[in-house]
Amino acid sequence: MDADVAKSHVFKRTREFQVPPILVPRLKEKGIELLLMLAALASIAVTVGIVGVLSYESFMFFRHVPLLDFLTDGQWTPLFSEPHYGILSLVSGTLVTTTVALLVAIPAGSMVAIYLSEYAPRSVRETVKPVLELLSAVPTVVYGYFALLFVTPALQKIWPELPGFNMLSAGLVIGIMIVPYVSSVSEDAMRAVPLYLREGAYALGATRMQTALRVVFPSALSGIAAAYVLGVSRAIGETMVVAIAAGMQPTLTWNPLEPAATMTAYIVQVSLGDLPHGSIGYQTIFATGLTLLLMTLVFNIAGHVLRKRYRQVY
Amino acid sequence: MSSGNAIDKSIRSGFGRETLTRRKLTDLLFASAGLFVMLLALSALLSLLGQLAFDGADRLSWQFLTSYPSRFAAQAGILTAWLGTVVVMLLTALIAVPLGLATAIYLEEYASRNWFTDVIEINIANLAGVPSIVYGLMALGLLVYEFHLGQSFLTAGLTLGMLILPMVIIATREAIRAVPPQIREAAYALGATKWQTVKDHVMPYSMGGILTGLILALSRAVGETAPLITVGALSFIAFLPHAPWQADLPYISLQWIFDPFTVMPIQMFNWISRPQEDFHANAAAAGIVLLLMTLTMNAFAIAIRARFRKRIRW
Repeated sequence: MDADVAKSHVFKRTREFQVPPILVPRLKEKGIELLLMLAALASIAVTVGIVGVLSYESFMFFRHVPLLDFLTDGQWTPLFSEPHYGILSLVSGTLVTTTVALLVAIPAGSMVAIYLSEYAPRSVRETVKPVLELLSAVPTVVYGYFALLFVTPALQKIWPELPGFNMLSAGLVIGIMIVPYVSSVSEDAMRAVPLYLREGAYALGATRMQTALRVVFPSALSGIAAAYVLGVSRAIGETMVVAIAAGMQPTLTWNPLEPAATMTAYIVQVSLGDLPHGSIGYQTIFATGLTLLLMTLVFNIAGHVLRKRYRQVY
Repeated sequence: MSSGNAIDKSIRSGFGRETLTRRKLTDLLFASAGLFVMLLALSALLSLLGQLAFDGADRLSWQFLTSYPSRFAAQAGILTAWLGTVVVMLLTALIAVPLGLATAIYLEEYASRNWFTDVIEINIANLAGVPSIVYGLMALGLLVYEFHLGQSFLTAGLTLGMLILPMVIIATREAIRAVPPQIREAAYALGATKWQTVKDHVMPYSMGGILTGLILALSRAVGETAPLITVGALSFIAFLPHAPWQADLPYISLQWIFDPFTVMPIQMFNWISRPQEDFHANAAAAGIVLLLMTLTMNAFAIAIRARFRKRIRW
């Protein structure tokens, strides 16, 4: 490139070159811009691929199964001789594990965030944040191992009748897993609250707790809500922990002590087997995947809207 | 009596001081509760990791790293698994790095503010929130059955490459945005073209941030299990992929990218799913190796970030 420019200047001086030499680098610049734009289109292609594949296979699925049955049937037994296709039994599993996870992650994550943002000395914060970052990098299959072989046996000492696969321990572990995530996003939101709000509260005689709970927390609420919502979306999409520890039997139950399959665990279970391409069993995982995608999409959009709002406040 | 006297009296009786003491006490209690929850969450996560090390330490040996999987837990090893992870990561990086960097450069340096850019940006934000198993479903429908790439290393690399593409783009954009506009203006003032400015100035200065983001994204890909189960990773591969070279022309063979694959998390998941306890020890040992891989990558990323932060001061 440098050489090209240098050469074109030489040409200009000696006037041996017919085409205006300035065009050469300009064409090259345009070409590079075009290439970069094509690369940017790749991310659009990924989305088109995801939406296209899921919609097409789901469309094939819904030609066999009425939408009403899909949404209202209480059983999910697509591989039985008398198949039922009620997604509710999978959705219930997802909702139960997600709820358990949130009951752990939201209080714990918020407390950690408040402590780190309002109380902790700088040195503690600078040590804990990278450690939390590291912990959120632990592969989920490792968390699945803990849920099945560590948390469940521990819980069985309290409830001896707890089955080896249950949604409780899967949910608890997902909860612990997303604590770093929730706390780090909430802490960022609380740190973004301007200092003068805190100083105003202190000047009125508020203690640090009163300042944190009644001034900083409400001011950062939309950012904190975004952290919760993004946490929900991660818990819904979490796959390996539930596939390992919650069991793979689709059951319509709201009791976390029972085993049940989530939407993600069902997809894993079918993928582990060998279903022929194009069969109705093969199509069920795409219909399930589409349901999962729509659920997380709602939460992600809500999270982005909330986060945008808190950024514009100050 | 006037109210002034009442206040006077209550102050003299020590009422005001008492509430102040009480408020300070609740503040202290709240701070301790925050610290307690944080330590609890950290120790829960760290003790889980400790448990993993305890369970698997006995199985870790040279033999474990250099053996093929086996029906007998004591003879089984992770040779094909870790080799598979290395190969898949290589392909993932080959796909995600050029596309991710090009997209980020386009969006930050070239794109004008219009609906087309908005669509790309919203699309990337949404892709980052899609559950990983959905990428797996897309890869199954599109890459395996539509493009007939088979259940191969190539499919795995493409799947994970698409999965981490949004992460790479977001990290690269942040790094590029941190380069002050004066640098670009200085380059333009000296007659540099846009591409020269990007290539010779913006990219070198943002390289620290870009590398950090890349390594973090790859370390997430190392632990991904669900999408690879969906595209059909095998968990029992007792042979190595084809060598990337051959005796006759053209000496380089690409046969290996079409070989069936397995990776570390898949191998670990397979061992966890077995009922025998001996295999659980293998799973723990595989988990240790997997954790070492991701934590080493994260530590590298943090070190690079610190180094570049120190070297570049605007």
